[in-house]
Amino acid sequence: MAQEKMRINRRQFVIGAASTGAGLSIGLALPMGAQKAFADDHSESSTQEVNAWVVIDPDDTVTIRIARSEMGQGTLTGLAQLVAEELECDWDKVQWEYPTPGENLKRGRVWQSFATGGSRGIRGSHQYVREGGAMAREMLIEAAAKKWGVVAADCTAADSRITHSPSGKTTTFGKVANAAAGLTPPSEVTLKDPKTWKVIGKPKKRLDTLEKLTGKQIYGADITMPGMLNASIKACPVHGGKLESFDAEKVSSMPGVKSVIAVGDDAVAVVATTWWQANKALNALPITWDKGENTKVSSASIDKFLQEGLSADNAFVGNKVGDVKAGLKKASRTYTADYSYPYQNHATMEPMNATAVWSKERCEVWCPTQNGEAALAATISASELSSEKCDVHKVSLGGGFGRRGATDFVTQAVLIAKTMPGIPVKLLWTREEDMLQGMFHPVTKARMTAGFDDDGNLDALHVRISGQSILATLMPQAIESNDGMDPVVFQAMAPEGDHAISYTVPNLLVDHAMRNTHITPGFWRGVNVNQNAIYMECFLDEVAHESGQDALAFRQKAMKNHPLALAVLNKAASMAGWGKPAPEGRHLGLAVCKAFGSYVAACAEISVDQGELTIHRIFAATDPGYAVNPQQIEAQVSGSFVYGLSALLYGECTVKDGQIEQQNFHEYPSLKMAKMPHVETSVMPSGGFWGGVGEPTIAVAAPAVLNAIFAATGKRIRHLPIKNQILG
Amino acid sequence: MATLKVNGKVIEVDVEGDTPLLWVIREQIGLTGTKYACGIAQCGSCTVHIDGRPVRSCVYPVAGVTADQEITTIEGLSEEGDHPVQQAWAELDTPQCGYCQSGMIMAAAALLDKTPNPSDENINSEITNICRCGTFQRVREGIHLAVEIKHKSAAKV
Repeated sequence: MAQEKMRINRRQFVIGAASTGAGLSIGLALPMGAQKAFADDHSESSTQEVNAWVVIDPDDTVTIRIARSEMGQGTLTGLAQLVAEELECDWDKVQWEYPTPGENLKRGRVWQSFATGGSRGIRGSHQYVREGGAMAREMLIEAAAKKWGVVAADCTAADSRITHSPSGKTTTFGKVANAAAGLTPPSEVTLKDPKTWKVIGKPKKRLDTLEKLTGKQIYGADITMPGMLNASIKACPVHGGKLESFDAEKVSSMPGVKSVIAVGDDAVAVVATTWWQANKALNALPITWDKGENTKVSSASIDKFLQEGLSADNAFVGNKVGDVKAGLKKASRTYTADYSYPYQNHATMEPMNATAVWSKERCEVWCPTQNGEAALAATISASELSSEKCDVHKVSLGGGFGRRGATDFVTQAVLIAKTMPGIPVKLLWTREEDMLQGMFHPVTKARMTAGFDDDGNLDALHVRISGQSILATLMPQAIESNDGMDPVVFQAMAPEGDHAISYTVPNLLVDHAMRNTHITPGFWRGVNVNQNAIYMECFLDEVAHESGQDALAFRQKAMKNHPLALAVLNKAASMAGWGKPAPEGRHLGLAVCKAFGSYVAACAEISVDQGELTIHRIFAATDPGYAVNPQQIEAQVSGSFVYGLSALLYGECTVKDGQIEQQNFHEYPSLKMAKMPHVETSVMPSGGFWGGVGEPTIAVAAPAVLNAIFAATGKRIRHLPIKNQILG
Repeated sequence: MATLKVNGKVIEVDVEGDTPLLWVIREQIGLTGTKYACGIAQCGSCTVHIDGRPVRSCVYPVAGVTADQEITTIEGLSEEGDHPVQQAWAELDTPQCGYCQSGMIMAAAALLDKTPNPSDENINSEITNICRCGTFQRVREGIHLAVEIKHKSAAKV
């Protein structure tokens, strides 16, 4: 508990530093180590930053710097485990802290990327964070050896203690950290053999649980500062529309109101003493929008637009094997089905927010962000100050799911703060704003066409995807350099790599007719794997059935060249008792895929009684290569079903007159306790690679349940969500 | 002006009567453990206890609370953060992002007060909070574990 308190103090210092004018400039001008000294009320000489990743106090407390954002997925604990493993420190003395993106910039990006998405937290940084830990260990050993006048090679480190074996001398990390900090880092280090890991692979408790149990954890929405004002905002409900006018006089005398201002060209905000006052005034504010051309767009018009893409001549080719046209032509039988996937909002529990304070000399932002460096870039741009005058402080995220990789809310907060120099302003969106101004899971449709040979084997498969590209809107430069093609569209159907298709089909074509709408798309936890896994896994279930084969046996045959995918499939099936008689009224459905570098499978056990679906149990298997923290992987797998099944059962945002219709949880429900199936997870790390964990399992949730629904009812549901369907 | 008794302390707040209790707790009293997430009593992130009863404070006008009613927030659930539900949550590493967990814990604590040994059916009907990270499995296990912890500590006394 004592350690926990110390860590909180340290973080509060960073936030508190900005609360006073003097603290602001001092706190943020000091290097990280000095800030820490300040926080702990130690003299500067006692701060012992061994290297960018590791700070060790005289009492052996180890602070590990975490560049990626923790949003519930457990990455900070996993990353700390990676560093601690190589450092050979006492895990019980480990704390963590976030460096700032500004500090990263100043120090030549010593922490590399801050971006936290694509389940990349661990798989994208395991090498350099472990090297950071190993280098710090070598420097600590060298410092001890120098002190003793012995050869470093005769010394070893374990549990934050260095031992010189020939003499039996020992010392602690805390005693030599200061000396170690002054040494030249080794030019290279050898990482430990995974067989000798003591911290990686163990079900360590999270480092960030206790504050979440007492209300002490500070999220972005909770930030308070002396003199801080609060803002609520409305942007044009039709994406791409503009703010035409507003009548500030109507609300300017309402309690607490300080100002009513246009934000950019598409939004208006009320700033008041409290947020409740700001929001009340905003709701009373007469606003006229210039909604533009897009008011003619509706879900029906988008549906028609995408439907046309299913048979369009031109499409980007994402995966091609053999000759699908010829394969389908010579097939003894062909089979086709169309699928579709709707818009969905991320709906993080904590709505978007950011707190900013601006002056001509400095702009500081505190925000929950998945991408600290992008938030800093947005701050620099909106503040119109140079980069050294800006910084962003990452605050705990109340969920991210991809939404907080964007920086629209950061830009807004800075633009508002700019109108009142020196005064901190917290911008907090309402749930309604969060729903309307989402960056939505893109809409797509798929036309799946299979050709069978004379023996009933799948010989040809054409997957035509029609719909929205995330990159075309968010990162147009990424597709320009690729002749206009968005490769992310083909996740889980790609020829190779982290999202490779897990089946071998002699003649395969996966192509994409890009059909973009004005609704802003975004990276939504699982991204394009979500719909692609439904298209592939549900359609192959259909193909198996159409060709009279067992759904498991069919997959096993088509996956024989993909042993790791096959292994998780077999595991999930055997956990669920596939092939054995199921309990009365219960039915099973399978799904498997490779996503974000990991292999995942699920077998759902459901019943349908008078049209009422019950998802009783889900058996899940995950092979992430190396499993850094198995109990956190289990938590991610179990939680992934809640996210994936919420999408399957209820997740739909519709468009009317150009704007999203759903504005809160009563119209956009989420799975609750009563519908939660029991999830049994097998974490089966095969070693040798690093796969992601936060996202892949979401993709198998929906198809496993949909295939089980077919087993129960004979009905194929090809259009989501299930709430729009009658099950019998 | 309203007089409130929050976590055992009597507090005077200067606020309009239609202000929801949630915002009085967060903005006037400065206890930010109680969260805003939907504002329409759909998600339960703002759950506090009024005289031991779970209430969704985002739609509860402050004028509806009397000076003698005991309001308990997550900060006041236990002195040392050791309520059986908090202990169980720590043991199981229940929270993910944690944003909904104040409300989840307050709902679970209220359930245990009313129903000391709840069945899964009781849990299903009484725990109606939304958690987008999807911690429900450990929330359910946590409620059962909290019952055990409570029994063990009662046995010790």
